Amino acid sequence: MTDRNAAIDFDGVSLQYGHRTILSDINLSISPGEFVCVIGASGCGKTSMLRLIAGLAAPTQGQVSVGQTPVRGPSRDVAVLFQDYGRALLPWRTVFGNVSLALEANRVPRAQRAERIEALLSMVGLDQHADKYPVQLSGGMQQRLQIARTLAQEPSILLMDEPFGALDAMTRQSLQDEILSIVAKRQVTVFFVTHDLEEALYLGDRVVTLYSGPGRIAKLIDVKLPKPRNQLTTRENPDFGPLRRELFTLMESLHQ
Amino acid sequence: MKRWRGWLLPVVVLALCEAALRLLDIQSDTLALPSHIAQAAWHALLDGSLLASTAQTLLAAALGQAGGFGGGVLAGLILGMSASAARFASISIEILRPIPSVSLIPLMMMIFGFGYSMESATVAFATFWPSLILTQSAVRLIDGQLLEVARVTCLSPLQTTWKILLPAIAPHMFTALRLTIGIALIVTVTVEIVANPQGLGYSLMVAQETFRPDLMLATLLWIGLIGWGLSYGLLALQDRLFKHRAGFPMEQSG
Repeated sequence: MTDRNAAIDFDGVSLQYGHRTILSDINLSISPGEFVCVIGASGCGKTSMLRLIAGLAAPTQGQVSVGQTPVRGPSRDVAVLFQDYGRALLPWRTVFGNVSLALEANRVPRAQRAERIEALLSMVGLDQHADKYPVQLSGGMQQRLQIARTLAQEPSILLMDEPFGALDAMTRQSLQDEILSIVAKRQVTVFFVTHDLEEALYLGDRVVTLYSGPGRIAKLIDVKLPKPRNQLTTRENPDFGPLRRELFTLMESLHQ
Repeated sequence: MKRWRGWLLPVVVLALCEAALRLLDIQSDTLALPSHIAQAAWHALLDGSLLASTAQTLLAAALGQAGGFGGGVLAGLILGMSASAARFASISIEILRPIPSVSLIPLMMMIFGFGYSMESATVAFATFWPSLILTQSAVRLIDGQLLEVARVTCLSPLQTTWKILLPAIAPHMFTALRLTIGIALIVTVTVEIVANPQGLGYSLMVAQETFRPDLMLATLLWIGLIGWGLSYGLLALQDRLFKHRAGFPMEQSG
């Protein structure tokens, strides 16, 4: 099953906590540059898959590999965007300082930091807010800041755990488009956990659906919608409706 | 609430005391007119005796505080981060911690004799335990999410301590600092009253033995003022340092 060129590879992966089986026999290969969305009922093990790739958890059976190397722990090459942006930012550091954290971890010399931080902040539209503290930012701005910090790590793999779930619809759409354009520019592989099936179709090259209790792969759906995606035209595309129907019916059946 | 209103009560009370004592013409070896207390304070300030003993008390308190707070924070960090270290030390801590610090005065006198060493060592003992306990619980209360951020950002253990752990517990450490400075002041004055012939506590004893209630009450009020000044300064500093942590208004959204 193992794909030699895979950016992320699950090979017969199971995960147990005590007697509880969270994930069971997961096999999945994700190609470099692919945008994969994972969808399923809450508690189905979506976030656990993400934590296995991040090296924050270890499989009970099987192996998770990133770039052909088995995951042994967190790696600089794999960045994680957490769902709860409010708790994932350092409240005592400014916007500038929060991005700087990733560069300090990578031991980028101080002289080079400012330029890179400013470039990242203007990419996510926070260049006017560099001296503010996280509490002074709106939710959408805080999540933009977290995106800038993960990009500062210069990862080849970006893991996102329901990153836009807590944001209002307009902010969510603009962040979806920003992520798509950033990902297209940087050629990163994305593993995106969501419970919003329209979001999964809009963003993903492929959608992974999970059964719950224990989490197993139900179906892989290829999303062959043209790129770049657009909030209006993509959703109006004749293929979007049927895909949405297929995914919706599948999710309904999983919930029963 | 305007700040000057807080001063209204003590000023009125002192004025009433002055009036009552003068009207009733009370002769006393234990009470003194507020105006006489003020005079005694003025003289003690002018002849340098009050400032000299204040310097002695504050130096002893600062030395002890530095040792007790510093050591307590260090130990609290270790015990907060390592559950096995905490288990290993728990019985020892629970037995040593309840010993009243003033009950160590005889022991400290045997070891150090009179002077700064015995006084500061007693203060260090008194401030060590609260510093340790508050640090340990602050470390345990750190949001696990921040530690995961440290892990996925690949911070080294030293970087995690310096860039995540210490800033995260800093506000709690400030509370510990304010609490233990109060304790340090209590213990220094107590040691000076009971044993050590220096500082403000000793001045109180001298005033008592020379039948100077005015000087004694002046010294007491002076100690109160010092405590107020310290806590006022620390609170102002705390507001400056941690203003962005909570309840800071959003300037802009969108």
